[in-house]
Amino acid sequence: MPEPGYLVAALLTAGAITVALRAVPFLALHRLRESAFVARLGQWMPAGVLTILALATLVQSADGARLIPALVAAAVTVAMHLLGGRRSLLSIGAGTATYVVALQLL
Amino acid sequence: MFGRSLGGGLGLFPLGVAFGMMVIQAGMPWWMAPVLSVVVYAGSVEMLLVGLLSASTPLLTIAITTFLVNSRHAFYAFSFPLRLVRNPLARAYSVYALTDETFAIVSGQPDGWGQRKLITLQVLLQAYWVAGGLTGTLFASVLPKPVEGLEFALVALFIVLALDAARSWAELPSVVLAVASLAVGLVATPGAALLTALLVFTAALLVRHFARGRVHA
Repeated sequence: MPEPGYLVAALLTAGAITVALRAVPFLALHRLRESAFVARLGQWMPAGVLTILALATLVQSADGARLIPALVAAAVTVAMHLLGGRRSLLSIGAGTATYVVALQLL
Repeated sequence: MFGRSLGGGLGLFPLGVAFGMMVIQAGMPWWMAPVLSVVVYAGSVEMLLVGLLSASTPLLTIAITTFLVNSRHAFYAFSFPLRLVRNPLARAYSVYALTDETFAIVSGQPDGWGQRKLITLQVLLQAYWVAGGLTGTLFASVLPKPVEGLEFALVALFIVLALDAARSWAELPSVVLAVASLAVGLVATPGAALLTALLVFTAALLVRHFARGRVHA
C-alpha cells in the first residue's frame, strides 16, 4: 500500500482530469462544432484508443505461461460479442471466466 | 423503455464486483473501491488505477494515462442532451457522471429523456457500480484465497468497447494506426508501452489530419 499523500494526490489528479474532459467540451461546444480537426478526432480517436487499450492490457495478461489462456480468453470475448448479439456483460463474463478457469488448468 | 435502460445498466454491478475484488487482491483497504468510484468515476480508468497505484506509478504518468484513456469522453458532449437538465447542481452531476454506459444508453435510445429521467439513470448507474465494488471487496475478503485472473475483466471490457467503436470499414485506418502505435510502444519503451502507444497514436492522428488537408471535413 503506497503512502497516503501519494494516493490523495494521484486520486485528485485522475479525478480532476476525468471531470475536465467531460465538462470543457460543453463550455466550448459552438466553437468546437465548427472545427474540422475536432470533428475528425471524434471520428478517429475512440476506435483507435480502445484498440490500443484492449491490446496493451491483453499483452500484460499474456506474459509467459499465460499466453495461451489470454489468447483463448480474448478469442472467446470477441466471438461471444460478435456472434452473441453484442451483449457486453455476457461477452465480458465469458472471456473473464475462460481466463480464470484456464489459469487454474495451467 | 426507461425501465429497459435501467435494466441494461445493471451490467455495471458484476463488473463492479470484479473491480472491488481487484482492489482487495492488490492489497488495498476496502474503502479504496468506493473512494475511487466517487473521486475518479470512470470504470476502466479505476481498474487501471488499481494496478498503477499499487505500483506507485509517478503522478505525471497517471495524469497522461488518465487523460488519453478518457479522451473519448470529450466527444460525448456533442450529442449528449445536457440542455434538458436545467437545475445547476443536477447539471454539474450530469456532466461529472457522463460515463461510457450513460452515453451508450442515452444515444441508443435518444427520445423521451428529461431532467428527472436522465439524473435518475445516472444516479442508478453510479449506485450499481459503487454497490458492485463494495460487494466485490466483501467477497474478496471472505474468500480463502484470491481468484487469479479477474483482471481480465478489464481486457474484455476494452475488447467489447473497441468492437462497438469499430463497426465499419471507415474505422480501419484508425485501428491499423493504433496497432502500429502499440508496436512502437512495446519495442521502444517496454515498461511504458501503453503511454507511448497513446502518445504516438495521437501524434499520428495529427499528421493524418494535416495530410488530408483542411478542405474536406
